Amino acid sequence: MLTRALGRTPHYVVAGGLAVLFLFPLLWSAWASVSAQPGTAQTSGYGLGNYRTLLDYDAGLWRYLLNSTVVSALTVALTLGVSLLGGYAFARFDFPGRNLLFLLTLAILMVPYATLLIPLYVLLGRLHLQNSLVGLSLVLTMFQLPFATFMMRISFEAVPRELEESALVDGCGTAGALRRILLPAVRPGLITVGLFAFLAAWNDFIAPLILISDSARAPLPLAVANLRQQSMGAVDYGATEAGVVVLAVPCLLLFLLLQRHYVQGFMSGALKG
Amino acid sequence: MQVKAPDRAAAAHRAPPRRPARRPRTAASRWRSRRLQGLGYAAPTAVFVVVFFLLPLLLVGQMSLSDWPLLAGDQGANAPKNYTDVAGGTLLWPAVRFTLLYTAIVTVVLLALALLLALLVQRSRPGTGFFRTVYFLPGALGLASASLLFWGLYSPTTGPLSGIPERLGLTDEPVSFLGTPTSALVSTVFLVVWKFAGFYMLILLVGLQGIPQEVYEAARTDGASRGQIFRSITLPLLRPSLALSLLLCVTGSLLAFDQFYVLTKGGPDNSTVTVVQLIYREAFQRLNLGTAAALSIIVLAALLLLNFLQFRGLRRTDAP
Repeated sequence: MLTRALGRTPHYVVAGGLAVLFLFPLLWSAWASVSAQPGTAQTSGYGLGNYRTLLDYDAGLWRYLLNSTVVSALTVALTLGVSLLGGYAFARFDFPGRNLLFLLTLAILMVPYATLLIPLYVLLGRLHLQNSLVGLSLVLTMFQLPFATFMMRISFEAVPRELEESALVDGCGTAGALRRILLPAVRPGLITVGLFAFLAAWNDFIAPLILISDSARAPLPLAVANLRQQSMGAVDYGATEAGVVVLAVPCLLLFLLLQRHYVQGFMSGALKG
Repeated sequence: MQVKAPDRAAAAHRAPPRRPARRPRTAASRWRSRRLQGLGYAAPTAVFVVVFFLLPLLLVGQMSLSDWPLLAGDQGANAPKNYTDVAGGTLLWPAVRFTLLYTAIVTVVLLALALLLALLVQRSRPGTGFFRTVYFLPGALGLASASLLFWGLYSPTTGPLSGIPERLGLTDEPVSFLGTPTSALVSTVFLVVWKFAGFYMLILLVGLQGIPQEVYEAARTDGASRGQIFRSITLPLLRPSLALSLLLCVTGSLLAFDQFYVLTKGGPDNSTVTVVQLIYREAFQRLNLGTAAALSIIVLAALLLLNFLQFRGLRRTDAP
C-alpha cells in the first residue's frame, strides 16, 4: 500500500503543480477584484469598491448584464428551436434537397467568422437590424447551427423508430409524435446544444464588436473591453478584473453543473464529425 | 417496413409488396405528405442558411469588387482595384508573416501540453476527475474574458508577475510583458495555451480511451518499454485525434483576433497585427468595406485551399 502510494507521488506532483498553474489566474482575478490596488476604487482593505465602479460605468453594469442575458437567451432559444426541427427533419424525413441543405449547414464551419461578419454588417443594415440585439442573436444562431443541427440529428437517429411509429399508428401526427414521444428522448442532446449556444453567445466578442455600435447595447464582454480602452492613461485594473469575474462566474457554474453533457456532446460532436 | 407487412397481404401478391398492401393509396399520399412535412421541419434551417450564410457570401463577393466606403455604401464597381490595394498594403506581409509564426508556435506548444495533460489524466485513479475539471476550467471562459484577465495579470503596476524577475535579481525594474514584440508574442501564447489546453486535452483523451487495452497488454508481455509503447502504439493509434486537433488548432490560430485586439491592440509598433485584425482595421478604422471584403475573400480562399491540402495529406498517410 505504502510503496504504491510512493510510486504515484511523481504523477501527483506533476498533475498537482499543473493544476495550481491552471487555477492561479482564475483565483488571482477573483482576489484582485476585491483587494486594494492603487488607481482603483478599492484603495485600502478588501471590499466591493471595484464592483461599485463597474455598476456605474457608462450605461451601467445592469444594462450590460441585461444585454448579454437577452442576446444569450434569444440565441439559445432560436438555436434550440431551429436545430430541434431541423434535426428531426434530417433524421426522419426524406425530402428534396435534404443532403444539400445538410452539407450547406455544415459548410458554415468552413467560412471564417470575419469573412461573414463584413457582409452581415451591411445585410443587417438593409434588414433594419443593425445595432440591435435581435440581429446579433440571429447571427450568433447561424454560427451555432452546424454543431447544433449535427448534434440533434444524431440524437434523433439514436431513438428507435418503433417508438414514434407506434404513436403515428395510434393516430398521432408527426408534430404530436415529436412533442410527446421524441422531445423527452432527445433532451440530453437539447441540453448539450443549449449549453454550447449559451457559452458561445455569452462570450462572443468579435460579432458584437462589429455589429453593435451603440455602447448602451453592448453585451458585457464588449463593455468591459471598452472600459479598459476608454480610460487611457488612468487604467482601472480593479474594475476590469471585477468585470472578468462577472463574465466568468455564470460560465464556470454552468460548466461545473452540466459537465457531463458538455463532455458527451464533445465526444459525439468532435469525434464523429 | 417489409418485416411489419402482414403475412396474409404478402402472400396475396406475386412480387413482395413494397408497402403494406392493404391501403396502397393512403400509403402513397402519406409518403407525399411526409416529404412536405420534412420540408416544413427543415424550413427554419433553410431560412437561416440562405439569409445569414449564402446571401452574405454572395454579398461579400460583390463588395470585394466594388468601391464601398463604410458610411456611403456601394459606389459602383471598381474591380479589381480592391484586390490590388490589399496586395499593396504595407501591413499585409508583416501581418501574414506574424500570423504564420504565431500559428506555428501555438500549435506546437499547445498540442504538446495537451498531450501531456491527456496522458496525465488518462487512467482513472483518485483525483483524476478533479484534475480533468481543473485543466478544462479556463476553456469555459470566453477568449475575450481570458484576455482581459491576463491583461491585468501582465500589468506592470498591479500584476503579480512583473515583479518576479526583479525579486529574483534578474532585472532592475518590473518587466513589461507586453512591451516588446517578442515578449508580447510569448505572453499571448501563454494566455492561449492556458485557455485552450484543456479543450485539446479532451479531444486527445477521447482518442486515448479509444485505444484497446489489449494492445497495451500485448506490448507489455512482449517486454516493450514505456517509451517504445508510446512511440509505436500510442502515437500512431492516436493519429486521428491528433489530426483533428491539428486541423482545429491551425485554423483557429490563423484566424486569431480577440486575444490580440484585447491584449496587445496589435502593438507594440504593429508587431502583433494578425490578418483578421487587418480586415477589422480596413473596415472600421480605414472605413473601406470594399478592400476589407477583398481581404476576407483572400483569407477564405487560403483557408479552403489549406483544408483541402490537409484532408488530402491525411487521407494519403492514413492509407495502409
